[in-house]
Amino acid sequence: MEEIIKIEGIVKNYGKHNVHGGLDLAVQKGECFTLLGPSGCGKTVLLRLIAGFEQPDAGRISIGDTVVTDPAGGVNFSPDSRGIGMVFQDYAVWPHMTVFDNVTYPLKLAGVAKDEMTKRGMETIAMVGMEGLDKRLPSELSGGQQQRVALARALIAKPSLMLLDEPLTNLDANLREEMRFEIKELQRKLDITVLYVTHDQEVALAISDRIAIMDDKGKIRQIGSPWDIFESPADPFVFSFMGIANFLPVKRSGGDYLVGDGKQVINWKKPSNDSSDWVAGFRPSDVEITHGGEGLRGTIKRASFLGATMDYLVDIDGTHLRTSVETHVALAKDLMFKDEESCVISFRNLLWFDAESLKGIEQQVEGRGAQA
Amino acid sequence: MKSLQQRHDFGIAPVILFLSIAILVIVVAVPVLLILFNAFWVDGTFNLADVVKVISEPDTYQALINSLIISTGTTIGSTIVGTFFAWLVTRTDIPYKGFMKAMFLVPFMLPSFIGAMAWKMLLSPRAGFINRFFMRELGFDGPIFNIYSYAGIILVEIMYLFPFVFIQVCGALERMDPTLEESARISGAGLFTITRKITIPLVLPSILSGALLIMLYSMAHFGTVAVLGIENGIFNIPTLIYQRIHQSAGSFASIRTGTVLATVLVITAAFILWLQGKILTHGHYQIIAGKSFRPMELKLRALKAPLFIFCVAYIAFTIVLPTVVIFLVGGLKTYGLPFTWENLSLNNYKFILFDYKLTRDAIWNSVTLGFSAAIITMFAGVMISYVIVKMKVRGKGILEFLGMLPFSVPGSVIALGVILAWSGKYGVNLYNTVWIILVAYIARYMAFSLRANSAALEQVHDSLMEAARVCGASMWQTLKDIVLPLVRPGMIAAFFLIFLPSLRELTVSIMLYSPTTRTIGVAIYTLNEDGETVMSAALAGIALILIVVGQTLINRFTARKGAK
Amino acid sequence: MSHVRLVNVTKKFGDVTAVNNLNLEIGKGECFSMLGPSGCGKTTTLRMVAGFEDLSEGEVYVGDRLISSPAKNYYLPPEKRDFGMVFQAFAVWPHLSVYENVAFPLRIRKLPATEIDKRTKDALASTNLLSAAKDSPENLSGGGKQRVALARALAINPDVMLLDEPLSSLDPHLREEMRFEIKDLQRQYGFSILYVTHDQAEAMALSDRILVMKLGVVQQIDTPLNVYNKPANKFVFSFIGLSNFLELVWGVNGAPTLKSEDGTPSSVPADILPSDAVCGAQGASFSIASRPYEIDFVAPDSGGLKGVVSRKSFLGEIIDYQIKVGGQELRVQKGRRAPGPEVGETCALRLLRPFFYQ
Repeated sequence: MEEIIKIEGIVKNYGKHNVHGGLDLAVQKGECFTLLGPSGCGKTVLLRLIAGFEQPDAGRISIGDTVVTDPAGGVNFSPDSRGIGMVFQDYAVWPHMTVFDNVTYPLKLAGVAKDEMTKRGMETIAMVGMEGLDKRLPSELSGGQQQRVALARALIAKPSLMLLDEPLTNLDANLREEMRFEIKELQRKLDITVLYVTHDQEVALAISDRIAIMDDKGKIRQIGSPWDIFESPADPFVFSFMGIANFLPVKRSGGDYLVGDGKQVINWKKPSNDSSDWVAGFRPSDVEITHGGEGLRGTIKRASFLGATMDYLVDIDGTHLRTSVETHVALAKDLMFKDEESCVISFRNLLWFDAESLKGIEQQVEGRGAQA
Repeated sequence: MKSLQQRHDFGIAPVILFLSIAILVIVVAVPVLLILFNAFWVDGTFNLADVVKVISEPDTYQALINSLIISTGTTIGSTIVGTFFAWLVTRTDIPYKGFMKAMFLVPFMLPSFIGAMAWKMLLSPRAGFINRFFMRELGFDGPIFNIYSYAGIILVEIMYLFPFVFIQVCGALERMDPTLEESARISGAGLFTITRKITIPLVLPSILSGALLIMLYSMAHFGTVAVLGIENGIFNIPTLIYQRIHQSAGSFASIRTGTVLATVLVITAAFILWLQGKILTHGHYQIIAGKSFRPMELKLRALKAPLFIFCVAYIAFTIVLPTVVIFLVGGLKTYGLPFTWENLSLNNYKFILFDYKLTRDAIWNSVTLGFSAAIITMFAGVMISYVIVKMKVRGKGILEFLGMLPFSVPGSVIALGVILAWSGKYGVNLYNTVWIILVAYIARYMAFSLRANSAALEQVHDSLMEAARVCGASMWQTLKDIVLPLVRPGMIAAFFLIFLPSLRELTVSIMLYSPTTRTIGVAIYTLNEDGETVMSAALAGIALILIVVGQTLINRFTARKGAK
Repeated sequence: MSHVRLVNVTKKFGDVTAVNNLNLEIGKGECFSMLGPSGCGKTTTLRMVAGFEDLSEGEVYVGDRLISSPAKNYYLPPEKRDFGMVFQAFAVWPHLSVYENVAFPLRIRKLPATEIDKRTKDALASTNLLSAAKDSPENLSGGGKQRVALARALAINPDVMLLDEPLSSLDPHLREEMRFEIKDLQRQYGFSILYVTHDQAEAMALSDRILVMKLGVVQQIDTPLNVYNKPANKFVFSFIGLSNFLELVWGVNGAPTLKSEDGTPSSVPADILPSDAVCGAQGASFSIASRPYEIDFVAPDSGGLKGVVSRKSFLGEIIDYQIKVGGQELRVQKGRRAPGPEVGETCALRLLRPFFYQ
């Protein structure tokens, strides 16, 4: 595999604030690679370093086989000489130019002949589904259409590398879903490399060949395929960032693993070592809730009917976990619990995390856990 | 993959930065520094005692006190009038709101010294039309009102300055989230209680900020006091500076008095602006609405008719009447004749437009000066604003500081500073030429250009420029293809914001003119002083027409932009 | 016992009818939600109850007391209605402290000072704001501001609480928390709630009954579970969750046939129809509604609806499929571990809970 972006030992400080402290990353040719992380984690800064809008304090960036940034070697390609396409969160289409003029601007700069320019311009406009709108001004377009113009403008010069900076964040939910498929389609069809930056884990899962998860300190926690990241998270941060997460404190007592400060035993395969403090991580869908049978005994603290799902907050010996049941299933299987009713919890899947590794992300976990 | 060719961003940033700093230093900073230098350095030594001595001279001291009295009175009066009218047109069911709002903004356009002249014609103790009417027809013993007084000056300034508060408060009231008032209502409060306890406190920062603008303007205001005060020996700081410089033809003592007074003005202005900035950043509440309904309107009921009549009378008396008087007097054969058909004609207008060399020169001077100043300031302003708003370059802090200067330097200070700088003492002598006025105009109006262009540039998001860069455009191509076209509306606005006021400029030109470099303002003022009242009024009428037509054109232009 | 009563209420803005002949009875202590897309008339209705909008026709009562009636030319102004109200943009007054914000309605009513202090502190205590009493509300977070607004509305211990999208300006985590707090306050103080929202999950979780509104016309009034289990029409169905609609016509001999743009009708097995489907005349249109998570993949030979997978995306907890059925598209969502077909494969589907709409 050929590496198209190679980042080595990048250091970037803003005053005293250290955004990146020696970051390495490589993106393969032809893949759709996503940088996923909470806002303020430095993922956009990294993208801007690659584009040449910011200069690192140390480190090297190569695009293809050319070193484009190397402060030590005095190398600094200006953004217009890096041969990339880029799409911005706020579209950045030029309001004083028509769709056609916006899209063909890179060709105009490259001195492409007029006939050729018209032909390629119309082709690219058609490719992003904007036929017949070439004479419009951006103010006459919707947000989604403007983002299509930005996409066409970034694609027209056939760059081998596209940088996308949260391109869908300003669109409404339906359009966001539609556009992510289109971006994926275009990437496959044109065989370009995409480096995509987002904080939205759903977009990242849907669109990427590989994902890099960054934490709020700018450190990369895990790189892998969407399925790997979701199913085999490297640590609790990744686990909680990718979806609703429950964390149950568990203590080893003899050979048994007990929930919270209580006496109930978790019935699951044992963790890998002998530490005494553990956390059991699982998603709401990893939990089965029943009226009786094998499992942990608990009571319903709060039952909320949310339409499609019944959402339960369950108390197990003083610790809380959340689970939900699809309403039609709950109705069919008599799982419509009421507040204060007792219930039984069993697991379909469970991950062991060292209690130490959970410290510091607890806050965030609670926040995300509720964002169902 | 094809290999890339390295291109650098060449060092154009330092060049632009250097040019920007140079312009501001030469045009604004040097004159101001020369004033401070001349005020505090006597024979090469720092001398504070002498400054105190100058200030404690009776004339100087009185002028300082007068400036304080007039600006305080004007500020209080304008704030009350402006807030009251703003509340009336945004929060009550008074009829014809749109029309009234437009009329209350008219005084913004009218030069207040022309207004002062009109009021002089109406209310001077012996010759004023109103006073004469009361004395002759109604048998009053003396004049009912003497416009040559503190009260007269303050009233006239209020008429022309209250829109500063009116505009700010109207804006705040219109943008205010109506649910702030609705929630008080559902809490059980009636509309008068809400106005008192909720609405007015919430817009208080806007009221104060408008009031401070008026204070600043009135402290440094020349025209009204010059027209109405000098007659009765009432001088404020700018008029005293003018009088000293004008009469003593540049003697050392008069220059010193001038520079000391100018220093007081600069310091006061800087303090007022600092205070205003503080109120705007810290005292401002987040009261702007997201989704909105029409705010509730107070039903005036029995008060509706009286308040409506009051407003109409106010508009008729303060806006229509003075304007009509100017045009009528401008049509008279001789000042003092009654307004009858046989005494009125367009001859004066024809004369000053086509035959009278003094006024023709004045119109030509004003138009060319205004045009040149507007063009130069527009381009300089867009460059300086670009550095301040968009560029990341070392040394920008100096420029940001220099960029604040034009806002806090009043016209008469600039005029004095320009005299000090360009009278040959430092190698270049522009005194008595049209160039010195041009330099002064550029300094005076730089603030307008910076404001309009910075606002336009702030609308141009960085990503629009970055998008061009990744498309392959160099920095220059980005400026040419993206930035300049996008800030063009701001530049055009800056042009008109400078061109129109310069047509009626008085404060600066009155201190710098020579017999061949009169401007319209100077011509109106001097004709009036020389007793050529009808010619002065006719020229004032022409100026009003020019200004109103110009303003209407800009409003059209900006309204179309806004609708887009 | 009905507490707030709207009788034949209509509101017109010029030619536009914002609310059309609305009849409504809200019980004492009930939490009643009005749900609908923006512009459906729900906020206008709330504002008519509050007294910020006049009625064009009809009457509004609180208990036995008439508060609005254009016919009788009677209109009680909002400040006399003694309601509590909370607005979307919080509308707390930045120039007053948290304490003074909450005390404002009591001061207006000229209660004795000790009484004002007691009630203000009670309201602040119920909303966990006692420690912030002296602060300026500008320094509080969105959630804090909305608590101030709630405490201010509670201070006079109103019988009726009007809530106008009170949680829309909060982030999702806080939104959920506040939902429970509102519910707890209602239990504690016993007021009736008239709640306006466009968020169906919020309405479901909070309400005793829900009204779904569209263009000023009532679509359904029922308990949350009934609205979910038996949506009255296609609009209600589509508004309360992800939805699929298959458009069909009755073919020869009452065979259900998929509509298609190119005019080649494809018939579907009759067993996808719900039991309450009523056969119509040949050529008459009808729709089958289903939810993406209430569709199963079944073995191709066991009947069901045939389709081809056109898109499959892994979204974490679920896998999202887009399936072409005839010329139409269905969306299916399954848990990430559930087996499913790949893109391009033919599959058979069973709708678990289809709804029939004519």
